[in-house]
Amino acid sequence: MAQTTPLYQKHQQAGAKLVDFAGWDMPLHYGSQVEEHHAVRRDAGMFDVSHMCAADVSGDQALAFLQYLLANDVARVAAGKALYSCMLNEQGGVVDDLIVYVLDGFYRVVVNAGTADKDVAWMQARSQGFAVDIKVRRDLGIIAVQGPNAREKALPLLPQAYRAPAAELGVFECVGDAQGLIGRTGYTGEDGFECILPVDDLPALWDALVTAGVAPCGLGARDTLRMEAGMNLYGQDMDETITPLQAGLGWTVAWQPEARDFVGRKALEQQKAAGQLPRFVGLVLEGRGIMRAHQVVDTPAGPGEVTSGGFSPTAGVSIALARIPRGDFDRVEIQIRNKNVPARVVKAPFVRNGKILIDLPEASS
Amino acid sequence: MSQIPAELKYTKSHEWIRLEADGSLTIGITDHAQEALGDLVFVETPEAGQSFGSGDAAAVVESVKAASDVYAPVAGDVIGGNEVLADAPETLNDDPYGEGWIFKLKPADAGELDGLMGADGYADFLKSEQ
Repeated sequence: MAQTTPLYQKHQQAGAKLVDFAGWDMPLHYGSQVEEHHAVRRDAGMFDVSHMCAADVSGDQALAFLQYLLANDVARVAAGKALYSCMLNEQGGVVDDLIVYVLDGFYRVVVNAGTADKDVAWMQARSQGFAVDIKVRRDLGIIAVQGPNAREKALPLLPQAYRAPAAELGVFECVGDAQGLIGRTGYTGEDGFECILPVDDLPALWDALVTAGVAPCGLGARDTLRMEAGMNLYGQDMDETITPLQAGLGWTVAWQPEARDFVGRKALEQQKAAGQLPRFVGLVLEGRGIMRAHQVVDTPAGPGEVTSGGFSPTAGVSIALARIPRGDFDRVEIQIRNKNVPARVVKAPFVRNGKILIDLPEASS
Repeated sequence: MSQIPAELKYTKSHEWIRLEADGSLTIGITDHAQEALGDLVFVETPEAGQSFGSGDAAAVVESVKAASDVYAPVAGDVIGGNEVLADAPETLNDDPYGEGWIFKLKPADAGELDGLMGADGYADFLKSEQ
């Protein structure tokens, strides 16, 4: 029996196409994935991401524990801020990627749905010897409201306690306490809030957001939006066998201070010293077709692989994220069904804040 | 409930086939199929003169989700593909039995059509698949 979120009935009533996602019955779309994608780029859309798992880390050694657990350094951000990080194994492989919200006296970590049980067990095991308490918060659910008009539409509907401080939040800042959290974060490349609130409060907020003109969006649109924004998807662009340095996430590894010993540090240092790291790049297809994960990328330096691929509704062309060999070239070919289709190497993101950041192929309209 | 026009023939792989007055066949995918695929973003149609056996992959439709083959329902030679779909693949979502047709085929043996399902048969088949 699949798990359901507190908004399951809302999805059913809205005519969502529900699919299994990591053991959860989740909305893929509510009619048109492309329309939902555009709603987020042009106005405001919302996602039920209550399948993701929040866990609170507290205790005297909470900071020291997270500095050991995570490749990014939580000490770099003050209370009221959020930090993106990978959690690594000893080989430097990514156990999961996550967001840490730094709150007053504790930390709230939000991890992926498919890895939640594994992550919590991993965190518990690593916490031996630290004076910390890790509390899974399945009593909290998450609605992500995203788009250029998302904050304006959502603000008056937020719980009274968070309304005034939420209006003042800068990008990647948050306000929260034991009962909930509003973060100016997201996974779409647009402005907006992620609202982490008691599960019993979510249906009323969802209804109010619908009334305010925020479009319900499914996980399908979430995937095309994050791909346009050049954001990695765990399990696809990286996993336990891939290090952040092989997945375009080197910027999330805090090497300083050198004395900070985090899980996977030695392996990353060795990998960095050895060099020959692959490039993690964006691709824009210049011929006809759609790039998909696992297709082979032919480059002058040898084969690479598409890790995420699909159609960009905003740009109207196929885009992808790919791991390819090092080398000074920007023309590659993608093996799509027995044909080699030309593509150009670009720097992701493809789209940010509603604007297309890449040059489009001339043939496309 | 998806639309299943009474005058068409159908396959288990969700193609529809219309027998034209001149004996040629127009082939597309059903309303059920386009709905299951979701928003279509790319269609590759076969070129005039290509020959296919019954059940050969003849065209490709790609939605935001995934790629699917479209099969030749009977053996024959391609007369042409629907060029509208190159620039406007969403036509297939909007009008799967009309403007969204995919290709036209000259059947090698018109008798092969008798092996295909009618509208009632396809409706029953969809029920059995659920």
